[in-house]
Amino acid sequence: MSFITLSYADLVLASLLLLFAGALSVVLGLGLERNLAVAAARMVVQLTLVGLVLKTLFALVSPWWTGTAALAMVLFAGREVMARQKRGLGGAWTYGLGTASLMLAGTVITGLALTTQIRPDPWFDPRYALPILGMVLGNTMNGVSIGLDRLLTAAARERAAIEARLALGHDRRRALSHLVRDACRAGMMHIVNAMSAAGLVSLPGMMTGQILAGVAPVEAVKYQILIMFLLAGATGIGVLAAVFAAAWRLTDDRHRLRLDRLAQAGDGGKTTGM
Amino acid sequence: MLTVRGLTRPGLGPIDLEIADGECVVLSGPSGTGKTLLLHALADLDPAAGRMTLNGVARDDMPGPEWRRRVAYVAAEAAWWSDMAGDHFDDADAARHALAGLGLDDAVLEKQVALLSTSERQRLALLRALVLEPSAMLLDEPTSSLDADNAGRVEAMIEERRAAGAAILVVTHDDAQARRLAARRLVIEGGAITEAAP
Repeated sequence: MSFITLSYADLVLASLLLLFAGALSVVLGLGLERNLAVAAARMVVQLTLVGLVLKTLFALVSPWWTGTAALAMVLFAGREVMARQKRGLGGAWTYGLGTASLMLAGTVITGLALTTQIRPDPWFDPRYALPILGMVLGNTMNGVSIGLDRLLTAAARERAAIEARLALGHDRRRALSHLVRDACRAGMMHIVNAMSAAGLVSLPGMMTGQILAGVAPVEAVKYQILIMFLLAGATGIGVLAAVFAAAWRLTDDRHRLRLDRLAQAGDGGKTTGM
Repeated sequence: MLTVRGLTRPGLGPIDLEIADGECVVLSGPSGTGKTLLLHALADLDPAAGRMTLNGVARDDMPGPEWRRRVAYVAAEAAWWSDMAGDHFDDADAARHALAGLGLDDAVLEKQVALLSTSERQRLALLRALVLEPSAMLLDEPTSSLDADNAGRVEAMIEERRAAGAAILVVTHDDAQARRLAARRLVIEGGAITEAAP
């Protein structure tokens, strides 16, 4: 494999573009220069740190350190899912449900890919495990947060319709079925769109990266197709688990709708009920 | 027979209440005094402490959906979960048989809910519950958006259900209607019910 190594001078040169954008913001009075500067600084620091962490992990090839890094990634992704909920489930559920769904989807799909398709030696080699888990989590996180948000918002808005179904003797699965269906569709939609647009509208980032690194296009495409299947599977598992568990939590064993378990709008983790 | 002992939830009760088979009881009281809280608790739609039995079987001895199919609650505001009116009936044939009695024509089931009048929607929501042939009915202002003719049809339906042996609780603010429907009247105030003078 051959790829062109970048020097630090190359990066400095490219950063002039950022200065140009900042200057535009000042001249046009957009007020973006501060945000741009902070975001760019964060990006450089975060990526540099990740680079150093990955370098260390790759040198260690330890199942424990790889596992710890994977766990940290899942926990960060769970936090992101929580932050995107307008109304959470309240208490530990707000964080726990999204995180558990991501953990499930991430473990199953990454484990499957590493042990059956990619098969690095050893199977937990962080050079394979962490990038794949990262892509799986990034996509599943989007699906889970959209699906959960859709379900919880709709349950609060359509309370009367759900209670009308319950009052007619529908059980909780049936009374919430139209909301669960919508939420799962919404959560899956972006991976469906990503697959439809792949190659035509967008060249997926991983494939582009492999091509830049000197991999033959057909090999890079094979990898990308595998990744897309993994992402679709992971999003499916994550969204289904999160939406069904949330629907379960929104109802009780007497098949009553329990909106009192939802956190109040705007106060994050707190809840009024049991 | 619907029997209620010590029914309690925040803002309501304790409530003791008995409605015999074939009895229609009218409940009235200013808004915000607990009528909806009571109906929701009776239908087991919201958690409430206390003992309720229907024909001798305790609420807790049957699943929630089973209780609600037998103790049918019809909310004051009809709510819908599908675009087409017919989708809200499991047994469209049973519904079709009863349409005329409520002054509705057959085509109404093939229409979109959004295109129905408030009056048609209110009667369909009642019909949705009636076709289940419940042993008890909890009706929250069942004629609030109906003209006199259709209100009369709905009252006749309620009367028919009562004559068939159902225990019925009707919330209404209409004194004349209350006299027509019920032998016994209750007043709710501050979350407690009292018998009103007949």
